[in-house]
Amino acid sequence: MLTRFCRKIRALPFAALLIFASVLPVMAGPFEDAVAKFANDEFTDTDEAIATITTSGNPRAYAIVSALQDGRLSADPDTKKVYITQSDGKNSDASTGAPVASIPDSAAPVRLNNRLRRTVEAALGALTLQSPDPAKRIQAAQSVFKAHDEAMLPAVDSALQKETNKSAKLAFSEARAAILLFKEDATDAEKLEAIATIKARGDQEALALLVGLSGEQPPAIARAAANATASIQSNLAMWSAVQNAWYGMSLGSVLLLAAIGLAITFGVMGVINMAHGEMVMIGAYVTFVVQETIRTSYPGLFDYSLLVAVPLAFIVAGAIGIVIERSIIRFLYGRPLETLLATWGLSLVLQQAVRTIFGPNNREVGNPSWMSGAFEIGQITITYNRLWILCFTLAVFALLLAMLRYTSLGLEMRAVTQNRRMAASMGIATSRVDALTFGLGSGIAGIAGVALSQIDNVSPNLGQSYIIDSFMVVVFGGVGNLWGTLVGAFTLGIANKFMEPVAGAVLGKIAILVLIIFFIQKRPRGLFALKGRAVEA
Amino acid sequence: MLIQPTHDMARPMSRRRWLAAGAGLILGLAAFTSAKAADDTIKIGVLHSLSGTMAISETTLKDTILFLIDEQNKKGGVLGKKLEAVVVDPASNWPLFAEKARELITKDKVAVVFGCWTSVSRKSVLPVFKELNNILFYPVQYEGEESERNVFYTGAAPNQQAIPAVDYLMKDEKVKRWVLAGTDYVYPRTTNKILEAYLKSKGVKQDDIMINYTPFGHSDWQTIVADIKKFGSAGKKTAVVSTINGDANVPFYKELGNQGIKATDIPVVAFSVGEEELAGIDTKPLIGHLAAWNYFESIKTPANEKFIKEWQAYTKNPKRTTNDPMEAHYIGFNMWVKAVEKVKSTDPDKVIDALPGIEAPNLTGGVSKMLPNHHITKPVFIGEIKGNGQFDVVWKTPGLVAGDAWSKELEGSRDLIGDWVGKKCGNYNTKLNKCGGQGS
Repeated sequence: MLTRFCRKIRALPFAALLIFASVLPVMAGPFEDAVAKFANDEFTDTDEAIATITTSGNPRAYAIVSALQDGRLSADPDTKKVYITQSDGKNSDASTGAPVASIPDSAAPVRLNNRLRRTVEAALGALTLQSPDPAKRIQAAQSVFKAHDEAMLPAVDSALQKETNKSAKLAFSEARAAILLFKEDATDAEKLEAIATIKARGDQEALALLVGLSGEQPPAIARAAANATASIQSNLAMWSAVQNAWYGMSLGSVLLLAAIGLAITFGVMGVINMAHGEMVMIGAYVTFVVQETIRTSYPGLFDYSLLVAVPLAFIVAGAIGIVIERSIIRFLYGRPLETLLATWGLSLVLQQAVRTIFGPNNREVGNPSWMSGAFEIGQITITYNRLWILCFTLAVFALLLAMLRYTSLGLEMRAVTQNRRMAASMGIATSRVDALTFGLGSGIAGIAGVALSQIDNVSPNLGQSYIIDSFMVVVFGGVGNLWGTLVGAFTLGIANKFMEPVAGAVLGKIAILVLIIFFIQKRPRGLFALKGRAVEA
Repeated sequence: MLIQPTHDMARPMSRRRWLAAGAGLILGLAAFTSAKAADDTIKIGVLHSLSGTMAISETTLKDTILFLIDEQNKKGGVLGKKLEAVVVDPASNWPLFAEKARELITKDKVAVVFGCWTSVSRKSVLPVFKELNNILFYPVQYEGEESERNVFYTGAAPNQQAIPAVDYLMKDEKVKRWVLAGTDYVYPRTTNKILEAYLKSKGVKQDDIMINYTPFGHSDWQTIVADIKKFGSAGKKTAVVSTINGDANVPFYKELGNQGIKATDIPVVAFSVGEEELAGIDTKPLIGHLAAWNYFESIKTPANEKFIKEWQAYTKNPKRTTNDPMEAHYIGFNMWVKAVEKVKSTDPDKVIDALPGIEAPNLTGGVSKMLPNHHITKPVFIGEIKGNGQFDVVWKTPGLVAGDAWSKELEGSRDLIGDWVGKKCGNYNTKLNKCGGQGS
């Protein structure tokens, strides 16, 4: 059946011509009947329809099944007509391909459940084995590998023979091995070769395949499978250590991002700022507003929304920070307990204000396409959003360091925090510098909010979940030292991630807290204590 | 007197400081409306958090009760009197729930209270309702193992949500390996205990069950999702049963999507994720993941369509979603109205006795009934997440399922029943034939 279908594919132009020629009157064949079955809205009928269409060899098969997968296939239960909405928004009749002006209101998208989605995936695999696009062929080979359906063997064989692309060839040979491994009448030699191929692939899916091999195998094969399983497992165990390290880096970067702003307001200025988390939250809400505006006015620019949000969040959070400093905090310098109470009250005010304006529910902040999905290095999966956040954090950190080191504002900030009186006598307007420093710390917290909106909820409580962690990082790293904050964040992140698989998420977190308590007992000034006269200021 | 003018109290600046802190407290805690005393109204207490962590879920339920009261008043109220809502804000603070409940009953003299979301808040107000003898309608799915005279449970018991969902996965998806993932508190822990016992009774081995708990608001799911992926690649069909609650769901689903775990590989069935929670996520990568509830907004019945239309008109928001606990309040409220009209009184004792046996239509085309154990009958639906944040019902129980107060799967509660009609007892032991068996 399938070889016939393959031959038909080559005859595609002819078939298309024929069908266009015979649009009127439509001949009701098995293909048309199968397409009409989509309109019954029954999962079993849909299943049968997919099977008939896939094996029919009709050139419309790919368009129909891929539309079904994307939810672009709709059916009218009354007239039994089935329509495809193309990706460009135009509509056509599913079985003939003839353009249709509009889909009637009574038509509804054809529904799928998980079992059918697997069928559709396998069907698409079968339909795209001969696709001209190598990426599609590889994808098709992967879905054959997963389904390892015996009936696909001849199609895979012929595809393998013709294949010229190196990685597609590998994918096809792996798919072939997966089929042979489970084929009842395959010879022992074939099976051993299959096991070797799968062993070379060496990932989770290969492992799943080998473990899933049923008990009754000849001893030679069973032994080879067991050996391959063991070798894949030890390989994966090594990779899992690498993976933990990566997860730790990524968690560390999130901690660092949340804490950098605090390292300025608390670390450099000495203000116990309980409203720091709310600055992060405001940054996240700025991202939300920016995205909403872009969605309604310039939908094409959605991928750039974060680039717009970063400076805006800095300005908004920074401005709010300056207002807070001028109106509350400047009256409370040198009175840590009262600062703590006032900023805590302020954090409640800000939360409730946001709740009143935006409502208590989570707001949807989308991921731009360049921040979605993942890629694989060896056996570990790296998600793009985490990778970008790591890069972004390091960039923000570097910029901040450069600013403190090389700009005149940075110089003034350091002067004021190290010795206020002397700085004032040198003609620095200390209260202006205080306001700007606090604004800078708040602005950076706002930037952190933009990044965190990509991985966490955008809700009024967003900031609360980061405030404790941020203080932990700053205190652990050493108050007043930006490098300490960097090292502290990554140390805590990595330690947490190596502890989590052993102790579980809850115990892991407790263990980290206990360790920090002991550490602070031993070194009250954190990892990198400031030395010199600045300390007693 | 202990009050001495300290140096900073004497300074004029301190006033500002208190202003800032005080404004936070006032806004945070005191968002309730004070009710005017009037004799010709029946007062209804609404005890849902309007601020703090739980505000995300509970605010909608407050609005639901106000909406239902509004609708009832349009029909002329109850017993010829208008209904009047007394709304208080317990601010996601569990001890405050008890204080506010006491305030509602003693100061505002409400006839009935609709409220609570988390089990811990319900446990906190229980003694108050018992002592002052009032009625609480509790609208959220919970872990069971409780049947109190003063409480009516309109949400799902475990046998009305968790067990049918697992049955569905076993039969339709042929799942052989199970990840039970939950937030670390009483509801997930009890539910998972029940599910573990149930799975083992169905012949699932200990090796094929992975249990994982995470703290509230957990946001870094990388390790756990990778673990699930690893656990799922043992050659057997794997599913995740999620009792992850609240905010933590969004980053969890985002991580699943990003690490490429599709519903066709490892489906996740959730008990705490509804339309409201999905409103904060792009659901395209989540298509096909499942949720088990007794109600979905997408269910097409005339009653549901009318409810949604009126609700959206009431809230003046054409996109406002509805969800399962809202339907529970809808059923509970109508049951209370019917019981009051039956005994022609709002006296709690009379209403409590009248409620068992009362029937009220639900929004999915059936008629729910209040049982002697103070739970109700409900249909169970399994829905798949669609691209637009709604659910597509793929399976439902043939009829309505009666809620069990005590789980049949757990050793300690197998022989217990709640019966407030015949036995007048919430934990009657059918083996020993006496009241006062041991709970879990």
